[in-house]
Amino acid sequence: MFNFLANPARFNQVTDRLMPATAGLAGLFLSIGIISALIISPPDYQQGDTVRIMYVHVPSAWMALFIYSFIAITSAIGLIWRHPFAHLSAQAAAPIGITFTILCLTTGSLWGKPMWGAWWVWDARLTSVLFLFFLYLGFMALNKAFDDPSRGEKSAAILALVGFINVPVIKFSVDWWNTLHQPASLLRADGPAIHSSMLTPLFLMALGFIFVAVCVLVTRIKVLLLKRRIRLMRINGGKLRS
Amino acid sequence: MNKLSWFIWHELKISLRNAGDTAVIVMFFLLIALLFPMGIGSSAALLTRIAPGVIWVAAILTAMLSLDSIFASDFEDGSLEQIVISPTPLILIVTAKFTAHWLITGLPLIFAVPIIGLIYDIPIKVFSLLLISMGIGTPILSLIGGLGAALVLGARRGGVLLALIVLPLLVPVLIFGTAAADAVFLGFSPKPPLLLLSAMLLAALAIAPSITTLAIRRALE
Repeated sequence: MFNFLANPARFNQVTDRLMPATAGLAGLFLSIGIISALIISPPDYQQGDTVRIMYVHVPSAWMALFIYSFIAITSAIGLIWRHPFAHLSAQAAAPIGITFTILCLTTGSLWGKPMWGAWWVWDARLTSVLFLFFLYLGFMALNKAFDDPSRGEKSAAILALVGFINVPVIKFSVDWWNTLHQPASLLRADGPAIHSSMLTPLFLMALGFIFVAVCVLVTRIKVLLLKRRIRLMRINGGKLRS
Repeated sequence: MNKLSWFIWHELKISLRNAGDTAVIVMFFLLIALLFPMGIGSSAALLTRIAPGVIWVAAILTAMLSLDSIFASDFEDGSLEQIVISPTPLILIVTAKFTAHWLITGLPLIFAVPIIGLIYDIPIKVFSLLLISMGIGTPILSLIGGLGAALVLGARRGGVLLALIVLPLLVPVLIFGTAAADAVFLGFSPKPPLLLLSAMLLAALAIAPSITTLAIRRALE
């Protein structure tokens, strides 16, 4: 499938056809998700209405990790099979991932103030997500630091792979250390510890986030492909091929 | 092995010709550690408590200073290209460079720690644990930092970029290096952080040289 989509013309063709449906699904899931998260779902017996921050905070954390894993996988593909399209999709995904990381950190901070009494605590979960932010930043900076873009993307791909070690650290940070951040409530051996009245809106929001991310990713890949074409045309004096 | 030690000696000779560089690096390390009492006040109890963290932060910042040059000069004058196409395996030369870098910039810091220890009035037990943690931890700075230096070869503003990508990767070293010495203050056993630090050193030894060769070949493509 990757090889099939890696051809720019085919990629544009396929995504142009799928884009309206994806955008529609994103709108649908987000609107149902927001209504059920903010209005239908019950307030928490301890936290009251602040628990509703969870419906943005948790899906953004998932997306931040998910997109970093996507970058690591496409970087590996790019390094092993030397495929420029893989590097391109990693490059396109990074700003989306860092946005979700910032969203996760800010909503977490807004949630932490009423619940813990502090905007920020230095516990393992928060610190490791902060590193994720810096890894994204380093990846993006390294990508742009070279005059020859193909060299930047390879350096950045190696960095993305080295930094992947942080992803399991984030996931298990709440188990390995005693953190103020609560331990895992969903992926547990004895099933999720959240009632379905809160779990359903959470999953709806997560689905909405995924579809939004796919829409933005596809658009960004298209933009990067066009940029690359413009660059080639500039080098070759107006023609696409020399 | 013989070849490896020859290369290490070769790198050391080059650095010894510029012995002043090492002195500057040690001075920088001392200077950072001396800035803290001036910034936060000279309460003896406070200084003793924060000393391990200050020394580790100073060591990491000092490493940033010297890492920039680990491959850059060879890259600029073209000798790195000659090294890559020479019959000697690149990984051998990379390992030699890392070893030499640690001998020139990491090891002298450990010898400079006693001076800071006196100024900060560190208890002898904390001090000895600090020396052990630095002995295990500073080679990691050379290994991971050297990998970062290879990644930014030929980049614009390489020095700042190097700090941006390497500092986050070095935070675990800072955390566990400090934790080993802090264990005395907190009443814990220093063994777990030291073991974790050793594990990191072994992992870095296994991974960093080979990825660095990959990054160098990428830079010369």
